[in-house]
Amino acid sequence: MESVLTAVLTLGALAFAAGLLLSVAAKVFYVPVDPRVGQIGDLLPGANCGGCGFAGCLDLAGAIVSGQTPPNACRCASEEANRRIAALIGAVLKEREREVACIFCKGDAAHARLRFRYLGIADCRAAELVAGGDKACAYGCLGLGTCVNACIFGALRMGEDGLPVVNPDRCTACGACVRICPRRIPRLVPVSQKAIAFCSSHDPGKVVKEVCTVGCIACGLCKKVCPENAIEIVSLLAVVDPAKCTGCGKCFEKCPTGIIRPASGEAPARRQAAA
Amino acid sequence: MQDYLLLIIAAMFVNNIVLILFLGNCPLVGVTSSMESAFGMGAAVVFVTTLAGTACWIVQRFALEPLALEYLQTLVFILIIASLVQFVEIVLQKVAPPLYRTLGIFLPLITTNCMVFGAAILSIKRDYTFLQTLVFCLAAAVGFALVLVFMAGLRERMEVSGRIPAALQGVPITMITAGMMGLSFAGLLGMAH
Repeated sequence: MESVLTAVLTLGALAFAAGLLLSVAAKVFYVPVDPRVGQIGDLLPGANCGGCGFAGCLDLAGAIVSGQTPPNACRCASEEANRRIAALIGAVLKEREREVACIFCKGDAAHARLRFRYLGIADCRAAELVAGGDKACAYGCLGLGTCVNACIFGALRMGEDGLPVVNPDRCTACGACVRICPRRIPRLVPVSQKAIAFCSSHDPGKVVKEVCTVGCIACGLCKKVCPENAIEIVSLLAVVDPAKCTGCGKCFEKCPTGIIRPASGEAPARRQAAA
Repeated sequence: MQDYLLLIIAAMFVNNIVLILFLGNCPLVGVTSSMESAFGMGAAVVFVTTLAGTACWIVQRFALEPLALEYLQTLVFILIIASLVQFVEIVLQKVAPPLYRTLGIFLPLITTNCMVFGAAILSIKRDYTFLQTLVFCLAAAVGFALVLVFMAGLRERMEVSGRIPAALQGVPITMITAGMMGLSFAGLLGMAH
């Protein structure tokens, strides 16, 4: 009984001494922290997704207060939150358009050829290591859902065709899917972009045609037909400039593989009728 | 004097705390991706280990042993190390903000580092005097920091060499490197105790 008492008393005394030391130290060595850091931290989503490039939401709050980053550096915060953050530090908010993730590949099982059957770990990063993935196309989506698992906002799901589908209402453009994809197939596009070339392949047209029926063959027809000069062929891949595109839809009609589509990703009516 | 020299050599190289005693292996992989963070972690560990080892020695000799409470050693040492790390963090934030920023996340990480705890336990187990404990903890921690810096240097070079096969990049090649470093340190085994 006595030994138990000694043990409890000793431990208690040591813990008390340690606690005292810490609380005295916290008082003596108190460092005033800007209260706005905490206030901004409360306004931020608190998801700690790291999309801003800082270690977490509080880290970003500190950077905003010290002026290292603009007050709307958080990609996930709502416009209302961004306005309130800007008001807190007395800055004028520069409007920045919301972005959403977009899957730059339409090569599902029906359209893209496979080179072999992949039966390994169900993770695109693992599949990519096995002789460069099972898709015949070296740029196509491997469809194992690594980006879906990486999305902490539940904005991605696997579609019936085996390609990820973005829910634009939930997407916060944190960029987690962009970073984790071994092939960089999800990319961020402005939410208002009207035409998108849904392909990532930089292969020449002949190679693309061999491996996939819905790939960009870099024929340049879209570039010629576009009245706004909004389309460029960059390294054998059509790229739409969202700032110039008006969404007239001429390229949808002209694209021989039907890979330039409205941002919804649905093939235009003409194609569906043909199929 | 010679005894202390031998103690230092033994703790730093012959019985290196990471590569021979296998304590504190997580930072060896975790923080050695860049020289800067390896150096920060190393410096923080040297600081805390020396402080915690000696503090634990004092508590052991003047509180636990007279009261026959040696069985509380683990609990008490963890308490001491954790509060000491907190204390150091608070003081550094006020006194030396640049150092605090350099050490950054590594200070709280040390709270749960088995290397700090191991050094404290070992000096009790080996019946060291206070001065021996001080020297041993310092030397063991410097040995730890040295291995971290070696590792970071190797990893930085491998990063830019571009000659690591894709399947081995990152953690796998780090494990292989750690194993080889362990083997080379094992060549010194038996030279001092």
